[in-house]
Amino acid sequence: MKPAPFVHHAPTTVAEAVEVLRAVGSHGKILAGGQSLIPILSMRLASPEHLIDINGVAGLDRIEVRDDCVRVGALVRHTQLLQDESAYAALPLLRQALVHVAHPAIRNRGTTVGSLAHADAAGELPSVLALTEGVVEAVGPRGSRDIPASAFFVGPLETALAADELAVAVRFGRFPEGTRTGFAESARRSGDYALAGVALAITLQDKVIRSARASFVSVTDVPDVLDLSGAIGSYAAVPDLDAVADAVRAHVSPDTDIHATGDYRRMLVAELTRRLVTELLSR
Amino acid sequence: MTTRQFGQPIKRKEDPRLVTGGGRFLDDLGHTAYAAAFVRSPHAHARILDIDVTGALDVPGLIGIWTHEDLPGKVGEPLPLLIPHPSLTAPVTGYCLAPDEVNHVGEAVVMVVAVDRYAAEDACGLVRVDYDVLPPVVGLENARAATDLVHDSAPGNVAAHLVQEVGDVDIAMAAAPNRLTLDLQIERSMCSPMEGKGVYAVWDADDEHLRLWSSTQTTTGVRAAVAAKLDLPLAKVDCIAPDVGGGFGVKIVHPWPEEVLVPWTARLLGHDVKWTEDRREHFVSSAHERGQLQQVEVGFDDDGHVLALDVRLWHDNGAYTPYGIIVPIITSTQLLGPYKPGSYRCEFWSLYTNTVLVTPYRGAGRPQGVYAMERTMDAIAAELGLDRAEVRSRNFILPEEMPYDHGLLFQDGRPLKYDSGDFPASLAKLKALVGWDEFAAYKEQAASEGRRVGLGIGCYVEGTGVGPYEGGHIVIETSGRVNVATGLTTQGQGHQTVFAQIVADELGVPIENVFVTTGDTRRMGYAVGTFASRAAVMSGNAIALAARQVKAKALRIAAEALEVSPEDLEIVGGMVRVKGAPGTSMALGTVAVMSNPLRYAFDEAARAATQFAGGNDPDKPPVAAGEEPGLEGKDFYSPTQATFANGMHAAIVETDPVTAEIRILRYCVVHDCGPMINPMIVEGQVHGGVAQGVGGALYERMVYDESGQLLNASFMDFLMPYASEVPFIETDHLETPSPLNPLGIKGAGEAGCIPVSAVIASAIEDAEGFPIRSMPISPTELWELRQRHTEPVAAQGEPS
Repeated sequence: MKPAPFVHHAPTTVAEAVEVLRAVGSHGKILAGGQSLIPILSMRLASPEHLIDINGVAGLDRIEVRDDCVRVGALVRHTQLLQDESAYAALPLLRQALVHVAHPAIRNRGTTVGSLAHADAAGELPSVLALTEGVVEAVGPRGSRDIPASAFFVGPLETALAADELAVAVRFGRFPEGTRTGFAESARRSGDYALAGVALAITLQDKVIRSARASFVSVTDVPDVLDLSGAIGSYAAVPDLDAVADAVRAHVSPDTDIHATGDYRRMLVAELTRRLVTELLSR
Repeated sequence: MTTRQFGQPIKRKEDPRLVTGGGRFLDDLGHTAYAAAFVRSPHAHARILDIDVTGALDVPGLIGIWTHEDLPGKVGEPLPLLIPHPSLTAPVTGYCLAPDEVNHVGEAVVMVVAVDRYAAEDACGLVRVDYDVLPPVVGLENARAATDLVHDSAPGNVAAHLVQEVGDVDIAMAAAPNRLTLDLQIERSMCSPMEGKGVYAVWDADDEHLRLWSSTQTTTGVRAAVAAKLDLPLAKVDCIAPDVGGGFGVKIVHPWPEEVLVPWTARLLGHDVKWTEDRREHFVSSAHERGQLQQVEVGFDDDGHVLALDVRLWHDNGAYTPYGIIVPIITSTQLLGPYKPGSYRCEFWSLYTNTVLVTPYRGAGRPQGVYAMERTMDAIAAELGLDRAEVRSRNFILPEEMPYDHGLLFQDGRPLKYDSGDFPASLAKLKALVGWDEFAAYKEQAASEGRRVGLGIGCYVEGTGVGPYEGGHIVIETSGRVNVATGLTTQGQGHQTVFAQIVADELGVPIENVFVTTGDTRRMGYAVGTFASRAAVMSGNAIALAARQVKAKALRIAAEALEVSPEDLEIVGGMVRVKGAPGTSMALGTVAVMSNPLRYAFDEAARAATQFAGGNDPDKPPVAAGEEPGLEGKDFYSPTQATFANGMHAAIVETDPVTAEIRILRYCVVHDCGPMINPMIVEGQVHGGVAQGVGGALYERMVYDESGQLLNASFMDFLMPYASEVPFIETDHLETPSPLNPLGIKGAGEAGCIPVSAVIASAIEDAEGFPIRSMPISPTELWELRQRHTEPVAAQGEPS
């Protein structure tokens, strides 16, 4: 379990990183926290000729709370974001989801942006980016661009980032006032990739449900958003849980693997959503 | 007075070193060694057509590449069959490197040595092996059907077939008023020590001497096997186990191919060579255990007494049988647990499959046997509407029936004869601990809250401390330091502590002065190894006997010096003193000085020991007739039979009514390993065992697909439980001494994991109300079982 030979690049600015990316193209891989990449290299499942290690790039480790979003730089570790009180106050869903990301040792190194760029459908953060209608900021030889979550996730482990582009930050959108959020997942062992998970946002005005939206973990190819506003009904006191569960079951397309069948995951995610709706509305 | 150390929960002497990074594991050795890596078979069953290494020859740092063709003499011959058995009629063992056929994914085909492991893996990636893929045999059903064969020399894929019978089962079964048949299944798992295997070899060409370090459970075994393979005199081979990060059985198998090839290449190259197994290699090229299909037929009376027990087992032994058929033999004998059926027959078939070989894993066949027996006890209780604990109790062997001879042959080839145990007392303790009689009310209350809970129970008896022998060697230095050596190895059990406790008591020395060495053939050449919960029983008793010898010698010498009789002396706090007159005393170190008369003085202690120091009787030889120089003793312990520990576990589980997620709310253990040398270490062993048992019950399995690929060969997908999955474990102990050994102790190493699958199955069955017949069980499987059991009742057949 030793990686194949590679050239290690250590740029100190975004411009240098982009220059290396331009030069090596699809033969390069960005190394940030390395929590997915290093095992893949060690098992020789991938052998890129160049690693562009951005850990020395200045200015990428900041969390910024804005009126409409929380902006997270490419070197912000999960733990840093998890513990950031202002980010939690602005967007509680971040912490609600991040506590489910693996284990502390992994969260201490792994980066939030890296996890999104890896785009594992079993990861927690893609569903959060989707539900918050977030944006990925990419920089490449042709300049900078914003990629909305809806366009960012192309397929399992596949994003709209070009081979020579670097995701320098993401912006998680903030919810309107009166929104309650929650995150629930079930894994075989604590900290494992979830068998199924759900991120949920319900916006209330007085006792009336204005909107209810959900995105999912491990049960959809890409983390698209399911609008449950119709199914859930209007009155917070009596949500239509059966309709919510039906809508979730119809929306997801889970696969069978060695840990659970697709049918089980479908049941599980519907039940997780049903319980999460109940929990959010009883807060 | 010095406190007696035996029985004290003292902290482990080895831990300050280990927890501060002072451990010295295999990969910490040999910084300048060349690194070995292996090209392993990607196929479960294939013929090797061609091996082309030319692509790898230009890799920078490459030292050498070897295939089976290159292996001379015995190195190229099959690996030994370690434990032959008359019923093992078609034994097959592997080779160091596969000659023409591979029989499981992960089997070594080509060895590469390079300046480091990176380069070695680069070269491995460039070796081309062409295979002709053969039909693989995967899973017990396919092995039993024998449409395809793993080895042509094993018709029907049968390695061994064995029947043991006590009484006439057919007659007793026919006469029994009630009969039940159970079809049971239990999955594979594996030891998963934190440290994988590893070997490091240094060849001294001038001295023609091999020094070998291995992360093994038996250094004497590895030493002898390697000496034989390499045609070296035993005296020219040393084998040492450094700190070993867990074994759990997989490291008792020897020699592993790497244990032969690494020293062979070290000698060939005249340079030290090291191989450190990586985790993926451990999954596909070490060993697994547990996979069995079982069919139990039981006949019983209306009170639940078992009159006839007829068991058939199909045991998956993987691709080869280097360790013989120990595992199914243990299953078939230890299945009986604390019970005395009126008659018993067990027939097993040990079958080849194209999967990793199967050798003992902590528990070693017992978890499967206990599972079969305890599922049967629950089925009898359900059939008769009796309390499950009561049915067990009615079948118990009683204390007054000890020693109890089952009339069967155990794994050591000797009669299965229980020496001790008080099963009714253990059960009473367990029922009190878990609140057995209050559970029905708790269950009812939980149900009223929409919760589903269940209580499970499992009992076992474990033969521990099997022979043939172990030894102890003790030398007291002139400083008073006590050096203790035993040949068996340590993988984290706390031997440095418990053996020191024994010696401190026997010799009357402070435990701080006692230093224990294990698994080093330079210090003790005669030993068997650490397995079968035998270290405390075997080496503990041997060391106690050796200490008694040393003490007797110390008292003899001191008695002469102090001009008293040895009977009037005692040793307290490292001082030999006259009983009742502690002022008349001498340090043990001084006795050590006197025991070894010297010609040369090199320090103060030595000066006192020279012939010219005065006080010697010129009419006597410096070393008295019949004595040897030095304060030293050596003895061996060799028992006539195993000693039998036992235990009973109970668990309360909760299953989610919708998602079928399974949570262990309480886990209770009552354990009897006789007097405990160190109760904290025994508790630790029980906790670790239960944790592994929980893994086997709810999380772990080896997921082979139909082509023989192991789909979960990483800790991401092989679900060893984390601390977060292991419940709080409540323990209580019974200390029924064994009459068989000087210390009266029984083994504790494996106990914790043995009944866990049985207990959890029992608890889930109680929660769900339908039988659990296959373990481990995951939420997805429980959910599917529920759906099957809510289907119309008419579809179900009659119980036989």
